[in-house]
Amino acid sequence: MKKSTIIIFALVVLVFIASWILKGSTNEGDSPYLQGFLVTLAAFLTLAIMSFLYKDNPYYKFAEHLFVGVSAAYWMCLGFWSTIVGNLIPRLSRGMSDFFQVPYIEGDYNFFFVIPIIFGVLLLMRLSPKGGWLSRWPLAFIVGTTAGLNFVRYLRSDFIKQIYSTIIPLVVEWKGFGAFFSDFTLSATGQLALMGTNIVIFIGVICGLIYFYFSKEHTGLFGRASRVGIWILMITFGASFGYTVMGRISLLVGRITFLFKDWLEIIN
Amino acid sequence: MKRFVPLTITFFVGTLLIFSVFIPPMETLGENFTLFFDIIAVFAFFLGGGNLIRVHFTKISRKKEDWPFSFVTIFGFLFMLAAGLFKIGNPGDIASSVTAPDSLFEMVYRAVFVPLGSTMYALLAFFVASASYRAFRAKNREATLLLIAAFIILLGSTPFGTMLTSWVPELMSVLQIPNLAVWIMSSPNLAGQRAILIGIGLGVVSISLRLILGLERTYLGDDGA
Amino acid sequence: MMVHNLISTILITGENIGVTVSLAVIFGGLAWLMYRSIKGREVDRRVIFLFIFVAVATPIIFTITFEFKATPIVRALYDKIESLPENSTVLLSYDFDPAMAPEVQPMANALTRHCLAKGHKIVYMCLFATGQGQLERTFREVIRPEFADKVDGIDYVNLGYKAGNEGVLNVIITDFQKMFPTDVNTVPYDSIPIFNNIKSCKDLDFIVSIGGGRPGIKEWILFVGDPGDIPIAAGVAAVVAPQLYPYYPNQLLGLLGGVKGAAEYENTLKDNYPRFENSDTPAIKMMGPQTLAHIVIMLFIIIGNILYFREKRLGKHK
Repeated sequence: MKKSTIIIFALVVLVFIASWILKGSTNEGDSPYLQGFLVTLAAFLTLAIMSFLYKDNPYYKFAEHLFVGVSAAYWMCLGFWSTIVGNLIPRLSRGMSDFFQVPYIEGDYNFFFVIPIIFGVLLLMRLSPKGGWLSRWPLAFIVGTTAGLNFVRYLRSDFIKQIYSTIIPLVVEWKGFGAFFSDFTLSATGQLALMGTNIVIFIGVICGLIYFYFSKEHTGLFGRASRVGIWILMITFGASFGYTVMGRISLLVGRITFLFKDWLEIIN
Repeated sequence: MKRFVPLTITFFVGTLLIFSVFIPPMETLGENFTLFFDIIAVFAFFLGGGNLIRVHFTKISRKKEDWPFSFVTIFGFLFMLAAGLFKIGNPGDIASSVTAPDSLFEMVYRAVFVPLGSTMYALLAFFVASASYRAFRAKNREATLLLIAAFIILLGSTPFGTMLTSWVPELMSVLQIPNLAVWIMSSPNLAGQRAILIGIGLGVVSISLRLILGLERTYLGDDGA
Repeated sequence: MMVHNLISTILITGENIGVTVSLAVIFGGLAWLMYRSIKGREVDRRVIFLFIFVAVATPIIFTITFEFKATPIVRALYDKIESLPENSTVLLSYDFDPAMAPEVQPMANALTRHCLAKGHKIVYMCLFATGQGQLERTFREVIRPEFADKVDGIDYVNLGYKAGNEGVLNVIITDFQKMFPTDVNTVPYDSIPIFNNIKSCKDLDFIVSIGGGRPGIKEWILFVGDPGDIPIAAGVAAVVAPQLYPYYPNQLLGLLGGVKGAAEYENTLKDNYPRFENSDTPAIKMMGPQTLAHIVIMLFIIIGNILYFREKRLGKHK
């Protein structure tokens, strides 16, 4: 191991301990040193991930590997307590329900709740080299459920209702020049503004769909419509880019605020 | 047997859940099957955890690249698992919430999971900035349109945009940058997103039907032959 | 004039010297970047990273705050909660993880404040396991310190997380108790007063999903809002906000998109409820760094394009 690596490691440990002691001694309330440790740990893990911006390094790798392990266990624990203990055990066993102190649910279909256990165990067979094919049964159940649930919902919400919302008046009722040109604002009480918005939505959706239709060559009028479709989609992607930038910056603001406020306490 | 049973299960469950929407007496059956699905989902979490351990043990035993860090993953996993399953340090009894304040599980979540998870995504801010400098070029008409829309949204979502066009009279307020940003979102953006949504919606519907009818078998792990 | 306005705003609200020096460093740096780019010298990506860090960190230290007027899509959500009669039941679903929290946690906290102040009852649940951890934050930061008089089970209830994504929603649309036999602290459904007249989601007055991933608001619309004809709104991370506009207003009543949506909501709440005058407004505070970072990123794009067109003219690009 390089000498510089050892020195950096020693420095990191020293700063960590110093921060822990400082935070602990200045904290108020119950168990100040524990809270001081937790804030210091969170700050160091934040910095460990950020160190990747300089270059890949062991501190980043440590943090990354820790995250994978902790997050997998977090989801498992929540799944166990909320759904296995919360929904399965109360329908299967009075004794175990008493043990976990969850109210036992009586019902004539309880016996069938053995099915998800069997499928669950079969799913775990995927970990075994020989019984892997058995895991296809629960997988088939998962796929069947997802397909069955999605079929009607997507058809209704993402197709029929979207078409319904696109069929909107493109020409407004004439109430005179004043009403037509007045109030060119977003409140959309101005008739011209409302009409313009509706036309853009209607034509935009049609042309966008034409662009995605690849069974006919994009030439002539169809090609021109497809061209308009691209423009609409480009504006859409531009808007998405703008919002993505906004979102990513917010996350960074969140982390830097944590470092400055909770750890370094340089802001209130 | 290896293909017939899974295909039958998919067909049976899928059809039942579709019918349960149209035939109210079948609603309870549909609910129960969905509940089975929810419970199996937890076993999928267990499978994920088991697989993680297996992969990292293999990495250690074969001394693959960065293998010492696999100990960190395994340690983190087992520590969090023990904290959660045994509710270590939980101020309540076995019936209280696993995320009760000041339990070990909640503390690890606060001090390890939260900073790691959020900083991972926060890094993307730096890469977006770097990409803005290096990659976003107005090379043609379409790219220019994309950039203009992005600029209006970026300006419109900050007070700077308001200040830039505060001179535009109220009568034409739609031309003020923040209002223009709102219009882009609720008009061309809505149209473009709707076109994409309808496309994806139709795709999901057709793939669901193919799965239920057994025409799509790739999930079985072979070519379906 | 407007630039003068911005500068004077910064100078009045910030700590003058610090802000001025920091702005000088950022814009001086950008000028240097431009000069270097024009000269054709390579700029290390770490320099870009440093710029964005300074642009975000400076306004955090020297707080800059702005006023925000709610856009129609945000106002629609606010007005819906305002218009509900007292004692209405609102469901808030925490469908997010720590990675999205800086954007959406302020929304969740503001919505909690609004609902409780208005006298509504809140049913909390999560489609993300991490939502349960984040929910704890709302309890720690809002409910316990600001609404100590509100009682668990009567004014609000925490149902916690259930696995199964849309599978959970497909059950609660017809039967809440089947999916949630108890709350998060194992109190039986039947003995929770809030649920006296609630059998399914159809008996709720309003649902707000706070999230940004999958499962999230899309699943709420597809599996609960549309089939049950239940009013639904959302607070989401900015990344997914544009994708939800096709649902507005027929299937989605209102939308808070990213930190700006959250700031607009916080501002509206503060303007209309004097009791929240001194409450924490993290989203409003975040808009200072957000503004500066947006300007820096736009300037990056402009500098990059100047460089591109210059090279094009010199014949380096074909």
